[in-house]
Amino acid sequence: MNPGITLRAIATVLPLLFFMASANAAPYIPTDGNQVLEHLPSRNDPAQAEFKRMRAELAANPTDMNLATALARRYIERSRNEGDPRYLGYAQAALTPWWKMPQPPIPVLVLRATLLQSTHQFDKSLLDLDSVLKLDRGNGQAWITRATILQVQGKYLEASRSCEHLYQLAPELITLTCLNNIANLDGQAEKSYTQLRDALVNSHESNPDIQIWVLTLLAEMAERLGNTATAEAHFRQAMKLEDPDTYLLGAYADFLLDHQRPAEVLPLLKNKTRVDALLLRYALALKALNSAEAAIQTEVLKQRFDAAMLRGDTVHQREQSRFELHLRNNPQAALKIAQLNWMVQKEPADVRVLLEAAAAANDKAAAKPILDWLQQTHMEYAALKPLINKLSTGS
Amino acid sequence: MNMRALCLWLLPLLLSVWHVDAFAHKPSDSYLTVKVADNHINGQWDIALRDIDFAIGLDADGNGEITWDEVRAKHSEMAAYAMARLSFVNGKESCPAQVSEHLIDDHTDGAYAVMRFSADCPATVETLNMRYTLFADIDPQHRGLLNLQYKGVTTTAILGPDNAEQSFKLAATSKFSQFAEYVKEGIWHIWIGFDHILFLLSLLLPSVLMMVAREWQPAHSFKASFIDVLKIVTAFTLAHSITLTLATLHIISLPSRWVEAAIAASVVIAALNNIYPLLLGKRWIAAFVFGLIHGFGFASVLADLGLPQSALLLALVGFNLGVEIGQLAIVSAFLPVAYAIRKSWFYQRVVLYAGSVLIVLIAGLWLIERLFNLKIISA
Repeated sequence: MNPGITLRAIATVLPLLFFMASANAAPYIPTDGNQVLEHLPSRNDPAQAEFKRMRAELAANPTDMNLATALARRYIERSRNEGDPRYLGYAQAALTPWWKMPQPPIPVLVLRATLLQSTHQFDKSLLDLDSVLKLDRGNGQAWITRATILQVQGKYLEASRSCEHLYQLAPELITLTCLNNIANLDGQAEKSYTQLRDALVNSHESNPDIQIWVLTLLAEMAERLGNTATAEAHFRQAMKLEDPDTYLLGAYADFLLDHQRPAEVLPLLKNKTRVDALLLRYALALKALNSAEAAIQTEVLKQRFDAAMLRGDTVHQREQSRFELHLRNNPQAALKIAQLNWMVQKEPADVRVLLEAAAAANDKAAAKPILDWLQQTHMEYAALKPLINKLSTGS
Repeated sequence: MNMRALCLWLLPLLLSVWHVDAFAHKPSDSYLTVKVADNHINGQWDIALRDIDFAIGLDADGNGEITWDEVRAKHSEMAAYAMARLSFVNGKESCPAQVSEHLIDDHTDGAYAVMRFSADCPATVETLNMRYTLFADIDPQHRGLLNLQYKGVTTTAILGPDNAEQSFKLAATSKFSQFAEYVKEGIWHIWIGFDHILFLLSLLLPSVLMMVAREWQPAHSFKASFIDVLKIVTAFTLAHSITLTLATLHIISLPSRWVEAAIAASVVIAALNNIYPLLLGKRWIAAFVFGLIHGFGFASVLADLGLPQSALLLALVGFNLGVEIGQLAIVSAFLPVAYAIRKSWFYQRVVLYAGSVLIVLIAGLWLIERLFNLKIISA
């Protein structure tokens, strides 16, 4: 027999078998006392030291609202940077004395709304925001949070109205980003892109976080318009500014995957696989490269989604649908999840997962409501055109 | 408020809400398995080391790395902290719980402390009231994922600050549904028990072939292959049923680590026999001898399911039946396919030969792990 073939077969199957064996493994007692079991943020990390100091202060005086809201805000920000939802729980804990009040003080209400939207409890979050705005029409944070939620829900008119309130409350670039991001989905793809691009240039914005935010949006807009080179330029500019956040990494990885450049995804996400959404893209890249490791990472993802389902979490349905479709080759499950997801959020990425799943499952009826919706909003998405044509013919 | 001040205030939150799609890793969950039999409660509680560190501090030297020594030094504190936040009450009588063993497990999102505990209630448990307040004060988004097993019936629930107290009625499950549950567990165990599947397949692979002058040749008739398979499966079934019964009735007991190691060794030997054939037509003898050991393995799984003394026989028969059904399904999927492709180069070389080499490798790793209590594969 040909030993080369055998060896190659072994090399392909072995990692999977190893993984199956380890998944079977039971709890154990480490044999070496110095064995490192877990890595944490070091105590020397200044941010951790600051958290610790603030927590101690708050423990001594738990009803100090200024301190509690300051700590909660920092935790929420940290959660965004690291993609770790634990910080959202810590933020909620800091707000415990007010959390269950029907009408907490305004700063707490705004934070409660932020935390509620982070777990996709959009309607509850909107209720809190409306309470804030009834008392304080000049609360910019509440307006922008409201605009964001409404945009995700696909309620563009109401969302734009919320953005307009920002003119008097926030720097122009923020208002224009808010407005153009919505207009971009609502039939004015070209115009809104140009306006936002010019607004960024004219603003001379120096804050890297804001620059990354706007550049990521610009890149996504350009990509949806089919301007690959421009999109890439925006992504690259954003990636250079400072440590990219998880959203940017995910968006850039999607871009690379869409343009058949999976090899570039691996170094980008190699150390970020704790974040489910990034692990998904990592596994997709491995699969595109025919790597044996794809099967292993698919299994890890499966365990993550299983755990989320046990918990009753629905925050990751967009990713879960892609997972079922592209990694598990299960269009029916992907479609079902995408439909559930569509009831909650209606961003371009949600359109895409649903149409891809419907096409793979050969279910034109399932695609119909989304196609109607696209007609109504005139959302531009160049890469989806072949799919849309395929799904709209003959039905 | 002046605009600059507002903007500074606004900035971090603005960016956190913009990407509503929470790009997050796994939130904080603990995994709580509770098995109830008569008036005894046995449980296992997996809690992430990161969460325990946040609550009581594990990283003694503050270098950002939690070592086994650092965890070990805090075992009693961990047990006290956790058990103060979990309580069991039967009707109105409380059932105090004690941690009996501390281990570690690696989940996909990091290392977890594993605490095994037991609790005794004054009377047979009928309504189990649980109160779960772990981390409720420091991370209200933490959840406990409960898996409650009683007479072979599994109930799941999510425990958290909004439903810290939950009540489970345990009495009154029908004999039939209990029996069906044990059958299901038996099938499931065969299905996920790679070691049993690999053992059986290793023995069955040559059934569709015969050795002529030190060369494998395809078997002449389906009947001959079928009889060979029948002999092996019957011997294996007979043997593991015997030891499963003896162990479950506490007539014989063996240390589980040695049983697990011997099972791994049996897989190695069965697969090696396909590469260097020693037992040709007599593989049913190996099936019988090693089947005795596999039976002990099944018994420890059955014991882990929480065996009610009142329904011991029911559980035993149901579980064993499940194992046989699962086994039969595998064999009936294997035999026709193997028979159909037995003449091919692919079957004789790749499936039989390379497949056996793979099985030897993987079972060899299991053997080393189980003998020396190591974790090589997932390291």
